[in-house]
Amino acid sequence: MEKVLLKGNEIIGEAAIRSGCKVFFGYPITPSTEVIEYLSKHFPKVGGTVVQAEDEIGAINMCYGAACTGTRVMTASSSPGVSLKQEGISYSAAVGLPMVIVNVNRCGPGLGGLGPAQSDYFQSTRGGGHGDYRTIVLAPSKAQELYDYTMLAFDLADKYRNPVILHTDGFLGQTMEPVVVKERPEAQIEDRDWVVDGARGRKKRVLASYSLTNEVGEANNLKWEAKYKDIQEKEQMWEEFHTEDAEYLLVSYGTTGRICKSTVLNARKKGIKLGLIRPITLWPFPEKAFIPYKDKIKGIVTVELNTGQMIEDVKLSVECKMPVHLYRRQGGMLPTEHEILAYFENTFKATAEEV
Amino acid sequence: MMDKVILAGFGGQGVMFLGKVLAYAGMGSDLELCWIPSYGPEMRGGTANCSVILSDEEINSPVIDLADAAIVLNKPAYDKFSTRVRPGGVLVVNSSLAKLDKVREDITVIEIPATEMANELGNNSIANMVCLGALMPSLRLVDMSRIEKAMTKLAGKKPELMQVNIAAINKGIEYTK
Repeated sequence: MEKVLLKGNEIIGEAAIRSGCKVFFGYPITPSTEVIEYLSKHFPKVGGTVVQAEDEIGAINMCYGAACTGTRVMTASSSPGVSLKQEGISYSAAVGLPMVIVNVNRCGPGLGGLGPAQSDYFQSTRGGGHGDYRTIVLAPSKAQELYDYTMLAFDLADKYRNPVILHTDGFLGQTMEPVVVKERPEAQIEDRDWVVDGARGRKKRVLASYSLTNEVGEANNLKWEAKYKDIQEKEQMWEEFHTEDAEYLLVSYGTTGRICKSTVLNARKKGIKLGLIRPITLWPFPEKAFIPYKDKIKGIVTVELNTGQMIEDVKLSVECKMPVHLYRRQGGMLPTEHEILAYFENTFKATAEEV
Repeated sequence: MMDKVILAGFGGQGVMFLGKVLAYAGMGSDLELCWIPSYGPEMRGGTANCSVILSDEEINSPVIDLADAAIVLNKPAYDKFSTRVRPGGVLVVNSSLAKLDKVREDITVIEIPATEMANELGNNSIANMVCLGALMPSLRLVDMSRIEKAMTKLAGKKPELMQVNIAAINKGIEYTK
């Protein structure tokens, strides 16, 4: 299998091409710019189209239009840009449009900085825009996963007719790591009888989210709610690392998720039974991962690049049966594996088992 | 086994390229690797740096706390990164652009007049490669044949670039003998 060395953001572009994406609409913003840059260079060669829109709002609404025709479509941006897209994402969720939205997080709020951050966890996992909807959110932690989960994002978007967010950061975006560019297995053929692509010879279809009849409105909400429950039931993804005999757990995703693996290995060398649960889907949050552990773990530390956002989902998942603490860095700073271990040891006074 | 290397200098001294040579050498040896640039406004002027991790096992944390080795191409880079080498590690200093008063005694410091040596080769932009040569004997996971293959790939349509780069690396290796 072919192995390539590319920047994380470029890998996303390559994966989109190999996923059968046909159009990309975007407006450049650091640290996500290499996505549109890579696609501008390589997409036209294989029949794809890249449009640099007038702004992020234009780009997301172009995605809306393309998705209505059943075309695989993607956009990429970074935090302030993704904020601008929220109205369009809400409309897309309401109509049930498959699309992939890449958010290479900046550290916010406001214009923010370019360093790695996870400050958009709430925005990504709670819908983000107005109205009561959810987007599927995937959180890669290395280049190979940027590739694999971009592909998965297109499949999930089609399967559930829902926008999917790839939640990444500038560190992953700029780092080069070898990636095996696996050919994509044949995608499941999804129901396409909703697509608006010309009604000659068939009944007219309408894709619109406007409803002034309360009864119809509620019926729509119930339909979407059922879909979200179905996704929550079927699509939770996570990785466990040294959890079997763990007495304590770290919970972390993305860049910090992989740093935490080194922390776990260092703790194990000291004889401390530490494990890691690394959420891969941020929504649906992998609550199921915690079921086997919530009655036997002594404590949890979530490691995040924000003021503590995922920690709420962790507390809900373990029903607050144990102390859950937060270790975080912000503003574009990354923790080292040693800082995380020191925080953990201080917090829980955890030491190796007495022999 | 893992080699964690920090590379630093002015923008324009070929710091990122130096990192790419190591990264592609790692690719050619089927190693796990990370090439991590400094990015954002830092890239425009001032200190440029990047780090490369080469490993024969999975790389979990890509954050380099203390490096096994570093190449610093000027004094500001020395000031910023000399403390980031682990005790017992190696620091290659371009002494043409960094005069040092006293150096750490718990690491091996290789001072090499790389800019002057590059000028002798007729190309002042290959001081980075001279320094790489000085570091080569300390790297555990890549050897000269891999570096040459990486260089071939990176030089692309300009094979003459490859010759001069290889000559610079060899000069660096010779200097440390």
